[in-house]
Amino acid sequence: MSGIPHDHYEPETAAEKWVESRVPVIGLAHATLTIPTPKNLNWMWIWGIVLAFCLALQIATGIVLAMHYTPHVSLAFASVEHIMRDVNGGWALRYVHANGASLFFFAVYCHIFRGIYYGSYKTPREITWIIGMLIYLLMMGTAFMGYVLPWGQMSFWGATVITGLFGAIPVVGEPIQTLLLGGPAVDNPTLNRFFSLHYLLPFVIAGLVIVHIWAFHTTGNNNPTGVEVRRTSKKEAEADTLPFWPYFVIKDLYALVFVLVVFAAIVGFMPNFLGHPDNYVEANPLQTPAHIVPEWYFLPFYAMLRAITFDIWFIDSKLGGVIAMFGSIILLVLLPWLDTSAVRSGRYRPMFRIWFWLLVVDFVLLMWCGSQPAEQPYIIISQLATLYWFAFFLVIMPLLGVMEKPETPPATIEEDFAAHYSPATGGTTLVGNPAE
Amino acid sequence: MQAKTILVRLAGPALIALGLVATPAMAAEEPEITDFSFSFEGPFGRFDQSQLQRGLQVYTEVCSACHGLKFVTFRTLADPGGPALSEEAMRAFAAEHTVTDATTGEDRPATPTDHFPMSSLPNAPDLSLMAKARAGFHGPIGLGINQILFGMGGPEHIASIVNDFTGEEKEEAGVTLYGNHAFPGGWMAMAPPLSDDQVEYADGTPATVEQMGEDVAAFLMWTAEPHLMARKQAGLVAVLFLALLCVLLYFTNKKIWSPFKGGKKRA
Repeated sequence: MSGIPHDHYEPETAAEKWVESRVPVIGLAHATLTIPTPKNLNWMWIWGIVLAFCLALQIATGIVLAMHYTPHVSLAFASVEHIMRDVNGGWALRYVHANGASLFFFAVYCHIFRGIYYGSYKTPREITWIIGMLIYLLMMGTAFMGYVLPWGQMSFWGATVITGLFGAIPVVGEPIQTLLLGGPAVDNPTLNRFFSLHYLLPFVIAGLVIVHIWAFHTTGNNNPTGVEVRRTSKKEAEADTLPFWPYFVIKDLYALVFVLVVFAAIVGFMPNFLGHPDNYVEANPLQTPAHIVPEWYFLPFYAMLRAITFDIWFIDSKLGGVIAMFGSIILLVLLPWLDTSAVRSGRYRPMFRIWFWLLVVDFVLLMWCGSQPAEQPYIIISQLATLYWFAFFLVIMPLLGVMEKPETPPATIEEDFAAHYSPATGGTTLVGNPAE
Repeated sequence: MQAKTILVRLAGPALIALGLVATPAMAAEEPEITDFSFSFEGPFGRFDQSQLQRGLQVYTEVCSACHGLKFVTFRTLADPGGPALSEEAMRAFAAEHTVTDATTGEDRPATPTDHFPMSSLPNAPDLSLMAKARAGFHGPIGLGINQILFGMGGPEHIASIVNDFTGEEKEEAGVTLYGNHAFPGGWMAMAPPLSDDQVEYADGTPATVEQMGEDVAAFLMWTAEPHLMARKQAGLVAVLFLALLCVLLYFTNKKIWSPFKGGKKRA
């Protein structure tokens, strides 16, 4: 088995041997829990566990919600109200599910920006990164379709606007749009297929998540230094790492529960804050809301869609907007090849750090623009922010590798860890020998 | 009126200072929502049971002439955390309404499991969810934090609507419109529904327009979110237990890592 050198599971009792020689599940669990993990991981490495929790939470609450929901245009809205009023604890299930989507996206954005800052996408983790981006795309599709299910005004008009985007694509656009909608406009067939897919896609995500995590058993985790764990000997590997259990399991659980305190406060005290009030009005195809706004997590991309207000050569503004929106995500997928720097972690890249934080600000600015009406000055702000998004990936990242003079990363993770923390203050060592 | 129009007071200067909005024309279109103070605001907020009962009375005697509450069942009027009418009072209230039986197709007095009637006027919206469907959710500068800062949500919107008629009228395409500061666009088709002493409260509360407006807004918050009190209580319990677990995990984590992390070195 490839990966970081460490002890493998050896069945000892007869029962263990019996199981292990048939299905090696104990070995799998052992390998998962003992995987050597860089011991210098900081608090930005906790979002993975939050995301895994979110997926489980959404599937668990979603399955129960589906037991009480009716995917029909004349019954869907009332069935959601039935959940909120008559189903025991239904209000809790629905609010947890709706706000769970927000937590999911908040965590995924933290996770993605952490990956960008510490160069987690760089070789040899390109496939992990691309699978992550696939998961993110599926999340967007799932969340979008889930938002349609309550069949409120914003559900209906959001679906109309977003599916309408596909109509802008030449030649294949209209057939795709018809296929998505199941007809010429958003109607009962749309609601039915969205419900079906909203139930299906999370399980596809779950499958991809397994591959996303499994990849670490070969590549190992990235870490804040971007320096790889030494694999020349088990002794050196042990100086750089600690086993996942208990060190990172407990740390991640602590962080997860911290996040859940905030989440419980939002669900308990302000569950509708992140939603749109118009979605408490039943869908009415004859009445367009004053502002059609997607959920907050789509706003940056919605802003880029609306930023293209001009025709470019033979591309009209609508298609241009669609290209900008999808292009902005495709650039993320291509990031492993757009980044030319030899140094992985942003911690040792002084110029990159500035551009990176500008990108974060840019993302938040786009989010704000997306929530505003499509008028000046928001259009020009969106256009400049969109320009920066594309420039970051297409110009700045390729050029930085050439122009930037990076600092020297530490030689080993052990060295970095020792530079940040004093050695033991007593207490018993749980596994193996302490690093020193 | 002790309440102030916070939306304009706070957001207006901020917007102008940022140079984003400076035209008075735009400011005039923005509805002015008054920050009423409701008992159910904040993490510990609770419905005032007698206020909900007064609001039910205003709804029944005034609003229900045109509006409906189609998602609300009569039986929930007796639920804890709501108006909490007695079982007999709830049944008597239901029996005052006539519904068409779904099975027989004949009219009969309503039973507790029946829903309130729908709106009787086609352009009068159903009020079941109005307190969640309307709000000052979006200020200031589109950040939507007025809801957190001042508790300005749907109930404020409803109370503002019934309080903020300007007294002006105009006719457009044969429809009479009434000036209202709280309504988007400034003109609405609903005539001022309330006047002082329009209802007579059993508990002797003076029935001013402001009082009735607040009462009916509170009642409609309950119809929109009947489990609000259960939710806030569950939220509080969840936050406390999770916080406790968080503290325990903090010390567990610290203990586990102590052989490796003696303490952070200051650079």
